[in-house]
Amino acid sequence: MNNTMIKVENLHKNFGSLEVLKGIDLEVRKGEIISIIGPSGSGKSTLLRCLIHLEKTSSGSIIIEGSPISFEEDGRQIHFAESVIRERCRKLGMVFQNFNLFPHKTAIENICEAPVALGRKSKAAALAFGERLLERVGLSEKRNSYPCHLSGGQKQRVAIARALAMEPDVMLFDEPTSALDPELIGEVLAVIKELAEDDMTMLIVTHEMTFAREVSGRVIFMDEGEIIEAAAPEKLFTDPDHPRIKTFLEKML
Amino acid sequence: MGYLLESTWYILQGCTTTLKLFALTLLFSLPLGFICAMAKTSKVKPLKFLMELYTSVVRGTPLLLQIFFVYYGLPIFFPGLRLERFTAAVLTFILNYGAYFTEIFRGGIQSIDRGQYEAARVLGMNYRQTMSRIILPQTFKRVLPPVANEAITLVKDTALVVVLGIGEVLRNSKEIVARDFTISPFIIAAVIYLMLNYVVVLIFRKLEQRYSVYE
Ligand SMILES: Nc1ncnc2c1ncn2[C@@H]1O[C@H](COP(=O)(O)OP(=O)(O)OP(=O)(O)O)[C@@H](O)[C@H]1O
Ligand SMILES: [Mg+2]
Repeated sequence: MNNTMIKVENLHKNFGSLEVLKGIDLEVRKGEIISIIGPSGSGKSTLLRCLIHLEKTSSGSIIIEGSPISFEEDGRQIHFAESVIRERCRKLGMVFQNFNLFPHKTAIENICEAPVALGRKSKAAALAFGERLLERVGLSEKRNSYPCHLSGGQKQRVAIARALAMEPDVMLFDEPTSALDPELIGEVLAVIKELAEDDMTMLIVTHEMTFAREVSGRVIFMDEGEIIEAAAPEKLFTDPDHPRIKTFLEKML
Repeated sequence: MGYLLESTWYILQGCTTTLKLFALTLLFSLPLGFICAMAKTSKVKPLKFLMELYTSVVRGTPLLLQIFFVYYGLPIFFPGLRLERFTAAVLTFILNYGAYFTEIFRGGIQSIDRGQYEAARVLGMNYRQTMSRIILPQTFKRVLPPVANEAITLVKDTALVVVLGIGEVLRNSKEIVARDFTISPFIIAAVIYLMLNYVVVLIFRKLEQRYSVYE
């Protein structure tokens, strides 16, 4: 039984002449929780965005549950149709730093929009599922609120529920708490921890070191477009091989 | 008193034409603007160029000149294409307002945050679903105020067709002014335009209220 969810090989991404990802190799196994840390501009967001094809990769392979969305063979890049990529990326869900909720939809409508639009579920089934998700993130009473009437923490919890509504196999989080007031961070992290308890596979870009240490099975340190070290949190946070990581961690504390 | 009533009645008869011109223009120029805006925000280069040409020519020249051009000019280029006066006026107005609506809708679409496209995309929506469910509904709300402005301008612009001798509000009042050497018909006409615009403002205010539940 092959339980590799995402496999990345020699991934490169350039913005014009700027090389942002310089050969990333990464394997994400089912149920794994990986935190990605590193200084600003190191390419953490770009990596996540490439995985879910918000950015087109420059070269290299990304294989999602056995199906490539980008593939390099003998130095030749193989291209896929947008519709094929979209279909394959449906295995992934993503949560953004600034939520990106649909402002013209209520909380429950935000959650049900995609499953209904894509014909994944009937309206009734989507609603029932959406209500369960809202309950799960502790926002049942905000069912009919528009995003403008929600706090940052509540918005992010709705955004998580919205991503879960598509029943993804892997969740990508790009700094889910960075836009939040300090007192609201906890409620969002609690929801992510609950997902961890349910064995959701997750990739989390975060600056919350304590949280990363607590929740993840593996921590990846990125710098200047490369993975410098990937290790268990106990190892990476206490005894990293690379001096750059030590300096970074000291600054974070 | 009887005289005033009689003049008012005569001028009001011009209202039918004014309203017809107003309604037909909105009815066709709004969808036209919408389609052109979609073309202008698409990735198809020749389409974008064509739309750019259309909006810059139409918005860069006087509406009055365009009316003259369509009515007097077209038959010179295309003999046999002599449009009826009202048809020429409606056609010009539709093309003219279509260009303004194109720009309004384009601006509206482009004012929507990129994050909205990305959120729709990571949920698996394609371009059509993203536009119809996420982007355009938000655009609609944002363009309401500028569209209301255009509608108000349109009410007043209908008076321009007086140059073709079409019997609308202004032309009818002008006739009485010329006949009776009195200025009161112009005041009556002003009141009529004011009232028409009052209705337009009311309608758009209602629409805006309906869409103010969010933001
Ligand atoms: N669309 C883009 N066009 C050009 N350059 C970009 C683009 N997106 C990102 N970059 C550049 O790529 C580099 C990596 O950016 P990225 O957002 O991935 O970093 P990050 O590790 O997520 O940083 P942060 O912690 O600040 O979020 C940066 O130098 C950034 O300026
Ligand atoms: Mg980032």
